[in-house]
Amino acid sequence: MNFSFKTYLNKTTDAATLAVFRIGFGVMMCYGIIRFWAKDWIDTVYLQPKFHFKYYGFEWVHVLGNYTYLLFLICGLSAIFVAIGYKYRLAIITFFISFTYIELMDKTVYLNHYYFISILSFLMIFLPANAYFSLDNYKSKKAFNTMPKWCVDSIKLLLGIVYFYAGLAKINSDWLFRAQPLKIWLPSKYDLPFIGETVMQQEWFHFAMSWSGMLYDLLIPFFLLYKRTRFVAFLFVIFFHVFTRVLFPIGMFPFVMIVSAIIFFDATIHHKILNKIKSLLGFISAKAKPIQYKQVYAVRYSKLILPIIGLFFAIQLLFPFRYLLYPGELFWTEEGYRLSWRVMLMEKMGNTTFKIVDKNGNSFLVNNSDFLTPLQEKQMSSQPDFILEYAHYLGDHFSSQGHKGVEVYAKSYVALNGRLSQLFVDESVNLYQEKESFKHKDWILPFKDEIKGL
Amino acid sequence: MKKLIYIFAVFVLVAACSESDDSNDNGVVDNYNRAAMQTNLADNIIIPSLESFKTSLETFSDANSTFVASPDQVNLDNLRAAWLDAYKKWQLVEPFDIGQAEVIGYRNQMNIYPTDVDNIESNIENGNYDLTHDNNNDAVGFPALDYMLYGLADSDTELLNKYQDVKYITYLTDLIEAMSMITEEVLTDWTTNYRSLFVSSTNNTLTSAVNKFINDYIFYFEKGLRANKIGIPAGVFSTNPLSEKAEAIYNGSNSRDLAILALDNAQNIFNGKTSINSEIGEGFYSYLVQLGRTDLATLINTRIDDAREKILLLNQDLKTQVEIDNTKMNEAYDALQLVVVSLKVDMLQAFDVSVDYQDADGD
Repeated sequence: MNFSFKTYLNKTTDAATLAVFRIGFGVMMCYGIIRFWAKDWIDTVYLQPKFHFKYYGFEWVHVLGNYTYLLFLICGLSAIFVAIGYKYRLAIITFFISFTYIELMDKTVYLNHYYFISILSFLMIFLPANAYFSLDNYKSKKAFNTMPKWCVDSIKLLLGIVYFYAGLAKINSDWLFRAQPLKIWLPSKYDLPFIGETVMQQEWFHFAMSWSGMLYDLLIPFFLLYKRTRFVAFLFVIFFHVFTRVLFPIGMFPFVMIVSAIIFFDATIHHKILNKIKSLLGFISAKAKPIQYKQVYAVRYSKLILPIIGLFFAIQLLFPFRYLLYPGELFWTEEGYRLSWRVMLMEKMGNTTFKIVDKNGNSFLVNNSDFLTPLQEKQMSSQPDFILEYAHYLGDHFSSQGHKGVEVYAKSYVALNGRLSQLFVDESVNLYQEKESFKHKDWILPFKDEIKGL
Repeated sequence: MKKLIYIFAVFVLVAACSESDDSNDNGVVDNYNRAAMQTNLADNIIIPSLESFKTSLETFSDANSTFVASPDQVNLDNLRAAWLDAYKKWQLVEPFDIGQAEVIGYRNQMNIYPTDVDNIESNIENGNYDLTHDNNNDAVGFPALDYMLYGLADSDTELLNKYQDVKYITYLTDLIEAMSMITEEVLTDWTTNYRSLFVSSTNNTLTSAVNKFINDYIFYFEKGLRANKIGIPAGVFSTNPLSEKAEAIYNGSNSRDLAILALDNAQNIFNGKTSINSEIGEGFYSYLVQLGRTDLATLINTRIDDAREKILLLNQDLKTQVEIDNTKMNEAYDALQLVVVSLKVDMLQAFDVSVDYQDADGD
């Protein structure tokens, strides 16, 4: 076993594969930053709100005022540097830090694919993605034709985890036997040409989409790995992601996944892609001084790097199951819901109002729109950690206004996957006294139905 | 190993054909005819309500002409009766803050209360005012008339004396004229222009008329009805009750009726009914039923009925009710809040309409 593992670590693969991945990643990330900026979301998401929802343990991450634009600029530039492979290591570290910092500034806009990009860029710090076809090669006049196979495999593994775990999460009774939430979402796409008024309205279609979505997520990594199914699987990848893009406002994610999936192909494809790029850059490469090509890139500090990557994947495999440590329905409490590849799994809406009581027994309700943007209010209304954090913010706010002995109570109604809304939190609990922690929040009222499954 | 592909294809096919019988929500299909709903709303509810309101304003204006010619007690009583009738008809129009009404801020020029007495008096004193200006929103419309017809003085004799001053006569007449003008403008736009857009703009987008109407309806129920009429005077949002912020406080005996009319109207819109006694027509109720959510459609009607019962327990003057027993006001508020939850959480989830949250990606 130990021997075969060592053999595996000594296996090599073509360095062009990771070069293509690096270029695709850098270009798309740069485009993503430009897109975010162009839509003025830096302002609406980060600068306009008076108050930001923080990840537990990352309360020290603050929005940087107008310097937030600088942060986005740095992030976008580092993505370009990654793409061209110039000072790659520094560039990818800068990208990882700036991108992750941006995501930590406010959890209102949490998306699984942002988390995916954060951890992928973390992984890429340890991979020699500039070993081939990079400006770093041009400068050092040194390039490598091959590199250890695990460098490429680790990205495939991460992609595989994302898909497979997203598939596992769909194995639940709401998704498979009630076709929820697709049964709510698909009929509302009645505007789509041809399919909008027809199949989108058919119950069998909602079930078909639910089941095939689950099977797609579970199986696609394996079909991409296996040579003879790879091409068809890739067509499926394109179809599936384009289709979901048409249906839902999921931004860049589908394209990131399509481009990433190219990594599963043979190196011949990657060489073709690189040749295409070379021919586009013809006038520059013609001037290039000869580069000395060496055979195998040897990973430096591999004694340190391999355990880090091993630990990274151990965490990735275990972390999504942390919800098992909490009582109650995961979709209801959302304890262990994020960072676990639970994508487009539920339709959850809430209405949560807060009552401020002072020590004289005077009380009044808070108008949430005085403090939160509509998007923040929507996210806050159905997620317990948001409710708690906001309750503390309100408590602090009204205490600083001179109210004495402030208590904060929430009245919250939440509807999940087309069930009638029910009371969500115990309205007799003073949330201002409740502390955020990794422990179960016992002030969340139990879910009155049952969702079976993983 | 093409087998694997076949296996996959078969899986997908099987999945495609497997219809679960576990589902207890009846066949959900959203072939709901939104154009029919919009047409019913426009032709049987919105435009007739505006027409009837316009007629009542004309009657009111005529009564004013008589009063202006000879400001005596009989003519004052007639004028007040015409005002009350128009105010009641206004309740049926207020929810429709869409089309030209939205463009010109119709609601803000008709029913912002509490009215600002100082602003009114200074306008009267100056004689130089633009009643359509935003700064005058709290010095115009029904609440300003409430003050002009009931609040100018402690007794009717003194009040009539005020109208010996031509400035008061002028302001009174200008108020009514301004209201008639913008009502005419809104109604004309509906019949000549906006109706055709309203009944055809049925896409599921942020700006389509059907989605705007759904959002506006919920907004009205939450703010115009629940908060303004009941919640704010009851002090739900403040440390102390604010009885002065109730509707029609100078009249002093009709704010409960106005709230009931508003609630009846909101329920009629929900049910697609012309009046409380007519048949259920195309509207949110039938839309929910079509989506297999009869449970929700019924619950919303039950909750509105419960809220009506709570409001009917109140004093005919809500200001008085706040002052003598605010608990009942709070109970009415709670009952209305339950309707808001059903509309805002459950109904919006069922319709899955694009709401005007800021644009952002989801996942």
